[in-house]
Amino acid sequence: MPDSRFKILTSASTSGPGDAGRTGSWRVERPVIDLSRCTPARTGKHACHLCWLYCPDSTVSKDIEPSIDLEYCKGCGICAEECPVGAISMVPEEEFEGGDNE
Amino acid sequence: MDWITAMTSVAKTTVLGLTEEEFIHPGNRACAGCGLSVLYRIGTKALGRDCIFVVPPSCLTVMQGLYPIAASQLPIFNGTFASTAAIATGVRAAMKRLGKQTQVVAWAGDGGTADIGIQALSGALERGEDIIYICYDNEAYMNTGVQRSGTTPQGSLTTTTPYCGKREGSKNVPAIVAAHNPAYVATCSAAFPLDFHDKLLKAKQIRGLKYIHIQTPCPPGWGCEERMTIKIGKAAVESGMFDLYEIENGQKILSEPSRRLLDKSRQRPVTEYLGMQVRFKALSKEQVSAIQEGVDHKWEEYRREFGEG
Amino acid sequence: MSEKRIDSGNAAAALAVQLAGAEVIAAYPITPQTPLTEKLSEMIAAGKMDAEYVAVESEHSALGVCIGAASAGVRTFTATSSNGLLYMSEQLHWAAGARLPLVMCVVNRGVGAPWSVWNDHQDAISQRDTGWIQVFAKDHQEIVDMTLKAFRLAEAVHIPVMVNYDGYYLSHTYMPFELPEAQAVKDFLPPYRYLHALDPQHPESLNTVTLPDARRDIHGVRQGGYMDIRHNLHQEMRQAMELWEEIDADFRQRFGRGGAPILDPYRCEDADFVVVAMGTLANQFHDVVDHLREQEGLKVGVLALQMYRPFPTARIAAALQNVKGVMVYEKGLSYGNQGALFADLKSALYPYPNHPRLHNYIVGLGGRDIRTEDLQRTLKEACLQEQQVAPEQQDTPQWIGLQL
Repeated sequence: MPDSRFKILTSASTSGPGDAGRTGSWRVERPVIDLSRCTPARTGKHACHLCWLYCPDSTVSKDIEPSIDLEYCKGCGICAEECPVGAISMVPEEEFEGGDNE
Repeated sequence: MDWITAMTSVAKTTVLGLTEEEFIHPGNRACAGCGLSVLYRIGTKALGRDCIFVVPPSCLTVMQGLYPIAASQLPIFNGTFASTAAIATGVRAAMKRLGKQTQVVAWAGDGGTADIGIQALSGALERGEDIIYICYDNEAYMNTGVQRSGTTPQGSLTTTTPYCGKREGSKNVPAIVAAHNPAYVATCSAAFPLDFHDKLLKAKQIRGLKYIHIQTPCPPGWGCEERMTIKIGKAAVESGMFDLYEIENGQKILSEPSRRLLDKSRQRPVTEYLGMQVRFKALSKEQVSAIQEGVDHKWEEYRREFGEG
Repeated sequence: MSEKRIDSGNAAAALAVQLAGAEVIAAYPITPQTPLTEKLSEMIAAGKMDAEYVAVESEHSALGVCIGAASAGVRTFTATSSNGLLYMSEQLHWAAGARLPLVMCVVNRGVGAPWSVWNDHQDAISQRDTGWIQVFAKDHQEIVDMTLKAFRLAEAVHIPVMVNYDGYYLSHTYMPFELPEAQAVKDFLPPYRYLHALDPQHPESLNTVTLPDARRDIHGVRQGGYMDIRHNLHQEMRQAMELWEEIDADFRQRFGRGGAPILDPYRCEDADFVVVAMGTLANQFHDVVDHLREQEGLKVGVLALQMYRPFPTARIAAALQNVKGVMVYEKGLSYGNQGALFADLKSALYPYPNHPRLHNYIVGLGGRDIRTEDLQRTLKEACLQEQQVAPEQQDTPQWIGLQL
């Protein structure tokens, strides 16, 4: 039974996003989804969602119109590479106002 | 089929059916495009929240986060390099004493499994500990900057095999594990995350030590663009270099993506896989031929055993 | 009902662990600890002890299993000696830094190379910097009592405790001792609880990479960095001395034994010269002290050091303020310097006004026979030493019983 007179400091971490900060700042390129090509967006019902499946960082939503959490998307490009209908392109960050281009 | 010998099975999960619940927070320290990241994320969906993970020093340790923030929403024990399987054994023993069914899952790298970790793993296998042991194999000591390990493939360039590539072949860890006759052995790939998901669902139902060896492509270590992680993983499987299978009750069964290669026409040339990665650029033509021969020979054996697809 | 029996030191330790209700035992056999692990596995197999016995494949894994189980919320135990302790050295540091309430018995044995199976203290001494509390038992009763108290201390302060006892001298000899009654032990030892138990209901990631500097957590609250955590371990290790004394007082009230948990003096009240030693060596000096007092008129005493880490600096310096000479006899050393206990004691005395003349003796390494007549001769010589010896010589350990 731990004695309350002792603080007992240990390395015990509790979970939350952004341990590495705003990993969106890692991006050199940003994924852009063309909803007119995206299968679920185009058909209006759930389908495909491979971008959501393969995203290593769970920043793609499993919505009929998928969106990307730009706060944390690292810009790896796997979603663009794996999209079976080529609906996602990787666009340089410089092309966006207020983009992450450090 | 006799229920005693029937292999435990679960229904196949589809992308549409896969839960949206996430167990790992974004904004963590995994590299962009990390193959482990994909499988850690999808694997946790299969394992659920009633789990305790044991993690040795490895890429996954860094991904867990720097104190006091953790990226995983699960209880994790970060322990010393050589003792993953021993710590997991202890956690499992405690769960047993406490009357809890909590899954104890070890996630160790290739170094922490096949090299420094092999003693503890062998001991746990021999004792038949009721844990799931996942070895994520990025085929070198990636966390410390790409030094060669026991699973680094022959010819691969690493910082400790910098010019001619690794001279020696690699350890066949699933075979070493299988020689201990554990309850379940499986291999998986980051390119086929649903296969990993379903094998984990199956493993949860089995008592004894379940070993799952997963190939996790590593863009910085393998020398490729981050976006190619899944494509490279697929090339590894579809060229017959990395095989997906299960071993249960001493019986080996090829998993779907590999089983297709029983039809020889579907076996892609190894150059398609090797050529995608800078780590193989030192391979000579002869070495590449030798690799192709080795793969062909292995698959001829498979076709003899399992029939031509 | 408490039970009196005559049995080996290893059996005494095993029976104490049974009474303490350790639930996960993981141990690897090594001489001279082996009968301890055998007895535990026998009791478990016979249903006399309700615990999991994990037949690990190495000592590093033995402590690994205990670390895992203790982190997950159950009381654990392991034991080892010599090279086994060295093999788990990394895990010792881990357990201390993780603030795990572990108890381990170390059956002291000399370390290789070359191989020795016989007793000395180098195994424990070499691990004195790991952050483990280290206590030394002198007889079988102390093995029992210290082990029980160790569980309570470890769990109260969340610092692992190493209970040391001499290989062969205690582990394999037979002495009478009393085992307290099981329910009384349960009353003395509250249920096990680890502050950061691995629990899916309250998920935490333990022992992650910790930065040099403090960092804010998910609630924006600053949490200490590596150095702060380690400082806290050291601080609370120091504070553990008081708690050890409290626990001993409580034990004494319940079971009638104890009263000298840190320093155990024999005929020191009026002593001009005091021997300081640990383990059975301290007991061996009782005859020497009696003889020199009765036959030589020398006022000598022996101070057994029961707790080596944390080192009781103030207590031992105070106890030795009024003596003319202190002779430290020990079975281990810091190679390239001098006896480890000697150096610690000298350092403890330094800030105080009175500095008795200090002597250091290395004895019994690798189980070399420690002859009482040699202890007597050297102690008498030291007491009667008239002329000033060059400081460097005074500060150099003398080795007793060399045979080359």
